[in-house]
Amino acid sequence: MVAHAETIPKRRHPVLEFAARWLFTTNHKEIGTLYLWLSFLLFFIAGGMAMVIRLELFEPGIQFTQPEFYNQVLTLHGLIMVFGAVMPAFVGLANWMIPLMIGAPDMALPRMNNFSFWILPFAFALLLSSLFMEGGAPNFGWTFYAPLSTTYGPPSTDFFILGVHLMGISSIMGAINIIVTIVNLRAPGMTWMKMPLFVWTWLITAFLLIMVMPVLAGVVTMMLTDRHFGTSFFNAAGGGDPVMFQHIFWFFGHPEVYIMILPGFGIASQIIPTFSRKKLFGYHSMVYATAAIAFLSFIVWGHHMFTTGMPFVAEMFFMIATMLIAVPTGVKVFNWVATMWRGSITFETPMLFAIGFVMMFTIGGFSGLMLALVPADFQYHDTFFVVAHFHYVLYPGAIFGTMAAVYYWLPKWCGHMYDERLGKIHFWTATIAVNTTFFPMHFSGLAGMPRRIPDYALQFTDFNMVSSIGAGVLGLTQVFFLFIVIKTIRAGARAKAQVWEGAEGLEWTVPSPAPLHTFETPPVIAEGQGH
Amino acid sequence: MKQRTGMRHTFLLVALAVGMFGFAFALVPLYNVFCEITGLNGKTSSRAVSSEEIAASAQQADRQITIEFLAQSARGMPWEFRPIEDRLVVRPGELHATTFYVRNRAPQMVTGQAVPSVSPGLAAQYLKKLECFCFEQQELPAGGEMEMGVSFLVDSNLPADIKELTLSYTMFRIEDAEHEHIISQNE
Repeated sequence: MVAHAETIPKRRHPVLEFAARWLFTTNHKEIGTLYLWLSFLLFFIAGGMAMVIRLELFEPGIQFTQPEFYNQVLTLHGLIMVFGAVMPAFVGLANWMIPLMIGAPDMALPRMNNFSFWILPFAFALLLSSLFMEGGAPNFGWTFYAPLSTTYGPPSTDFFILGVHLMGISSIMGAINIIVTIVNLRAPGMTWMKMPLFVWTWLITAFLLIMVMPVLAGVVTMMLTDRHFGTSFFNAAGGGDPVMFQHIFWFFGHPEVYIMILPGFGIASQIIPTFSRKKLFGYHSMVYATAAIAFLSFIVWGHHMFTTGMPFVAEMFFMIATMLIAVPTGVKVFNWVATMWRGSITFETPMLFAIGFVMMFTIGGFSGLMLALVPADFQYHDTFFVVAHFHYVLYPGAIFGTMAAVYYWLPKWCGHMYDERLGKIHFWTATIAVNTTFFPMHFSGLAGMPRRIPDYALQFTDFNMVSSIGAGVLGLTQVFFLFIVIKTIRAGARAKAQVWEGAEGLEWTVPSPAPLHTFETPPVIAEGQGH
Repeated sequence: MKQRTGMRHTFLLVALAVGMFGFAFALVPLYNVFCEITGLNGKTSSRAVSSEEIAASAQQADRQITIEFLAQSARGMPWEFRPIEDRLVVRPGELHATTFYVRNRAPQMVTGQAVPSVSPGLAAQYLKKLECFCFEQQELPAGGEMEMGVSFLVDSNLPADIKELTLSYTMFRIEDAEHEHIISQNE
């Protein structure tokens, strides 16, 4: 702020000053901070909705919510976690770290960066306002299948459509910014194959975003015209086809799930070498595996639709293509394990979260393989087994990845070390709670408990009680995480520039906390240095 | 900074995003063409078959197919619409005809268009229509009624495991389609 003070001619009211600073900022670090706080806030809002869901499912029968309201909470929980918590958190990390990691002074398009962030609060205000409208919030699940969302959607569906449009525009602008930055602003000597893996995974993620967010925009636009302008894209009686909705949605939806995990892969690939004090094993294969996963993600969407009456040949194609993804993913998991092999490992909190990420994401990967099998999928489809699967890849996957990144880079951001003891308590309670919450869902799902229903048969009671208790503890651990973050920002041992002695990369050459402006003259990366 | 290449890349990426938005809409005709070729999802051809094609279709005397007829009016369509016969038992390759009844219950002239659908979807391409009221629009004055014919044959290449077909029609109101749609949404 000192640097800016000279350029501001007149002093304004402090509140105005504060608002203007954050509203008009074009600094990548400040925008990164904004993204991270917004995603943290939305994580708690959507997490609160998860608590409502688990409270209702604690016992069979209808106790706390009417089925209509349960559906609304369920829908908003999914939408906000996907578009509000996981994606903005990764974009925030990208904003903060990519310029620091490639030696750039800022993002390439700083004004667009500001715009892409400030759209988001309005998008989520639109979406959340639907809770207070007559007819209630959207109630058709985060996948908003037609005709539930077209013929039978509540009036507030139009607010949802507009909100999704805004989120899409924001994501596309963020992705364009990231690609242009990485392509044009790398420091001299930072060749493609020297880029840190977090940067590589984000580059590939950004391409996925630009390819599929417009398809999502297209499908919600078709919904809008079906609802109000007499078209029949998804109305069978008018010559359209509701199954086509699922095809277009999952053409977006499957790459989307990789958008939510690839940056996490990048984070694990930064942290594991640091605390193993070894170079990442198989750097090149990591890059190619990420690209292969991204490519395959475009040709597997049909595995979400095995039960729609797809022809046998298509089922076989999608099954085999899906199982192929296990190959590059396996390459990554083995590379992380090989990195740790014979390393001098220490278990600081970021490393714990990264190892937890690798292990529990792999559990989710295996249940994904089970779901990929056509004959088995007919049993698993739309049961809690699916819920267990995607929560395992998202919670201990995407969210633990984000938390690992926060612990890893927080000293760089605020200049204070977090409390290691509290961090470890957070990790172990969260890990026990996350497994208590989601592991029993495998069993209730295999036994036939359907998803998205507020009531269930008596034999599922025990599993659901265990899940609900785990979920309550899990929610509390994240409040504890918020406490740790705030405590670290306010006080703590001073962090050195090189926060972790085993860490490599340009971000550790700038002081902690990182000054507002870094790398105004680009650093030079010598031959043989870095990756 | 390489300002100019940065802008060029930005525009290229914006163009890619716009292109993908267009691609989402291009998926609709692609999907329809795909379904019409393969007959998936019960989309029947809206084209009449010629009498040569019918002559070329071999008759199978030893096989019987039950074909059921359904008719309904779309929301906002004030017509009574039903098949005269609920079902027919036909032999593949034989030409058959049946009729549907419509009556306009509205106090004014209404134009309608029927949209067909065949179930199971895989059978759609084997149901060939020589003549069908769904090929054109119908007009009925207030209280007017009529019978509308369809003549068809079941192609003898119909897969052996299909023994029953359903031919379903939905009648849409043509005038004020948008207006009606909005009213039905607000119900």
